[in-house]
Amino acid sequence: MEAAPALEDLDIRIPSDVQYIADIVDQVVRRCAAAQFPRRQLALNVPVALTEALSNAILRGNREVVSRVVHVRARMEADRLVLEVRDEGEGFDLDACTEDPAREGNLVREDGRGLFLMRSLMDHVERYSDGGNVVRLTLRRA
Amino acid sequence: MTFTVTQSGDVSIVEVDGQLIVSNRQELKQKVLDQLEKGTRKVLVDFARTSYIDSSGLGVLVSLAKRMRELGGDLRLANLNDDLQTLFELTKLDTLFQISESRERALESF
Repeated sequence: MEAAPALEDLDIRIPSDVQYIADIVDQVVRRCAAAQFPRRQLALNVPVALTEALSNAILRGNREVVSRVVHVRARMEADRLVLEVRDEGEGFDLDACTEDPAREGNLVREDGRGLFLMRSLMDHVERYSDGGNVVRLTLRRA
Repeated sequence: MTFTVTQSGDVSIVEVDGQLIVSNRQELKQKVLDQLEKGTRKVLVDFARTSYIDSSGLGVLVSLAKRMRELGGDLRLANLNDDLQTLFELTKLDTLFQISESRERALESF
């Protein structure tokens, strides 16, 4: 099968509204498909981890204030995808906020799985501040 | 993204077409709560046409399962593909829900 042409890096700003998430995820998955990422990463790792990062930025970082902006960047670096999601919040401690679903009591909780999933499905997750709060996700092509 | 509700005997079947994520989880919740309001106590969520689920989608399933049990009912799941199955295993939710490999098996299990 002939490889699809590579797509340009994504660099987009969206209002803090969860209705934008599916479209952004679709745009990133299409770029990963063009970069020959395998089906499982296209169907599981990328959409779920990116949805979690965007959801966190909109709901927690920007507290769903629509006028606050979420800045999303997606770029291919050789054999890996690098995603950066920036919100206007104060940031958080990635390790302290990541819940283990196996811990007693967590199984029946309705929330608290987002960061765990993000970290389980990506090769590397980091959070830093650069005037905003940035979560960077890295996934090597399998 | 759509949720279609059909009836098979006393079981309400909710089919999830597309994603089940933060932006549409409330719609699924309302569809199931509407069925409870009508007296349904057995709900099957069918994921045969589902692309992906995020933590909010998983959370709404946990919430609905709790509500069903409080009312003496049950919420069961069917047709998880390998990727969705992985998601449930990672989060240990495969131990919380009864999951069947097909709609028919799930209906028989009630």
